Amino acid sequence: MSAALSCKQIEVAFDGFKAVAGVDLELDRGEVHFLIGPNGAGKTTLVDAITGLAKYTGSVVKDGEELRGKKVHHIARKGIGRTFQTATVFENLTVAQNLDIAAGAGRSPWTLLRRRKHLPQHVTDTMERIGLKDKADTPAGILAHGQKQWLEIGMLLVGDADVLLLDEPIAGMGHEERETTGLLLHDIAADRAVAVVEHDMDFMRAFAHRVTVLHAGAVLAAGTVDEVSDDPRVQEVYLGTAKENADAATA
Amino acid sequence: MKFFQSRLGTWTGFAAAALVLFGLAPLLLSGFRLGLLAQFLCYAIVAVGIGLAWGRGGMLTLGQGVFFGMGAYLMAMHLKMADAEFRNGPGAVPDFMELAGIRELPAYWAPFSSPVFTIAMILLLPTAFAVLLGLAVFKRRVKGAYFAILSQALAGAFAILLIGQQSLGGFNGLSRFRYFFGYNLDDPVNQQMLYFIAAGILLVVLAVALQLRRSRYGELLVAVRDAEERVRFLGYDAANVKVVAYAVAALFASVAGAVFVPIVGIISPASIGIVPSIMFLLGVAIGGRATLLGPVIGALAVAWAQTALSEQFPSAWTYAQGLLFVLVIALLPGGIASVAAVTKRFQRKPVEAAA
Repeated sequence: MSAALSCKQIEVAFDGFKAVAGVDLELDRGEVHFLIGPNGAGKTTLVDAITGLAKYTGSVVKDGEELRGKKVHHIARKGIGRTFQTATVFENLTVAQNLDIAAGAGRSPWTLLRRRKHLPQHVTDTMERIGLKDKADTPAGILAHGQKQWLEIGMLLVGDADVLLLDEPIAGMGHEERETTGLLLHDIAADRAVAVVEHDMDFMRAFAHRVTVLHAGAVLAAGTVDEVSDDPRVQEVYLGTAKENADAATA
Repeated sequence: MKFFQSRLGTWTGFAAAALVLFGLAPLLLSGFRLGLLAQFLCYAIVAVGIGLAWGRGGMLTLGQGVFFGMGAYLMAMHLKMADAEFRNGPGAVPDFMELAGIRELPAYWAPFSSPVFTIAMILLLPTAFAVLLGLAVFKRRVKGAYFAILSQALAGAFAILLIGQQSLGGFNGLSRFRYFFGYNLDDPVNQQMLYFIAAGILLVVLAVALQLRRSRYGELLVAVRDAEERVRFLGYDAANVKVVAYAVAALFASVAGAVFVPIVGIISPASIGIVPSIMFLLGVAIGGRATLLGPVIGALAVAWAQTALSEQFPSAWTYAQGLLFVLVIALLPGGIASVAAVTKRFQRKPVEAAA
């Protein structure tokens, strides 16, 4: 099976400082792939590069097509969706409106200039899937924190993204919400590639199919949860012995 | 409130507005007052556009005087040409040019003897200019205060440019129009007709703005206003979404300027520069920029207050106007249109406290 998204030798430099220094990454459909690493490891920058926000050298290929140099909205239309560290939804619009906009990137001007008669079927289905069906007419701004994150994921689903890059989707969530989110990720990963940038190790152990550990802009280790946990270098920089460093970096 | 969201409610609202504008106002107001109202309606047409671009689209358009001025000057050129032709035959030089010693009609004036060409230009030129400017600005992601400053500087530059153009009347602008498409402008019946035209255009412009607000595009525009990056990452070119609203606002302003000229009888750089551009915005802010009718109410209220106060206190009305602005921004950030929502909140508070 060929990878849904394959990145080769990604390098991102800010004024000479290499935030990402030669990262290879392959995302496969059917997998929840975690990107972990201490703060400043380049996880979010990598996502920024793939989605067209940060300039980089190297190559990102999806379905045989090179994405480097394309504009943000063109990359999004190729089926690459992302969320942000703080859930970004349209707070003054309802849940249904949020999803309807997300589903409509390919709409003709004529359709846009008319009133919405009813919601597309896959929008109502997705609303059910992310557990917001009874909130359809609620303004997104007054949703609970976790619900906003789910809504944002739902917006990627209705937009037919098949590569999802989620930046800390469970930040600030309670225990139950994490569990629900993890199950949701497994559910949507069935026919998509899902990459999750995360700090939470328990969440990672519970839901990761594969893990890539980044450190100082480079891949330190990659593999299953067990393989990565057993890697002495990973333990050194992140999990165990060098914990103080990681804490210092977080603070 | 729900009622006015429905189709029947919309028609009822428009019927009521038409009744007031076409029935009540001409009955109650003298010719002079009706003329003033016609002038205010022109400001209201500009305001509807600003409400769309600023209130819904988040683009602080501080320079609508540019588009208002374009429409006004284009119309004024036609009126001057028609007057000259009426007096001295085809190809004649307008009177102000004779006074300035210009004997030959400048080439760019000639096509404006055609009413059709003039109207086409009024509709197309400012819109096309707004599209090009919008693409140049929004594609580069210029927004917020930078966009506001840019648009305001443009209004200032446009006024200065016009002052230097002797073939457009320079500092004095263009004035003393006698005929409007063959109708004598001194005739009170024709003056009333101009009022009806302005009122009709206002209703059309409101209908267009309402359709844009309620359409999927309207939702998308709000989305761009609130989280432009998110929209881009969903696969939309956010710049195009903004350009549409900006161009529509420009078109509205241009049409308003074109109607303003025969109603007021003069257009000069002083009525399209930085200060008038801010005045357009002031009404919208006071009325409530995010609502459909707020900008109209605000524009009418500010213009009316300006006239009424300047009649009573010729030297003090600017202070009163400033005070009004400060009060609204401090107490009613949503503008006059949010009064209902604010009072409702005040009434509900004691109930919540009791519970």
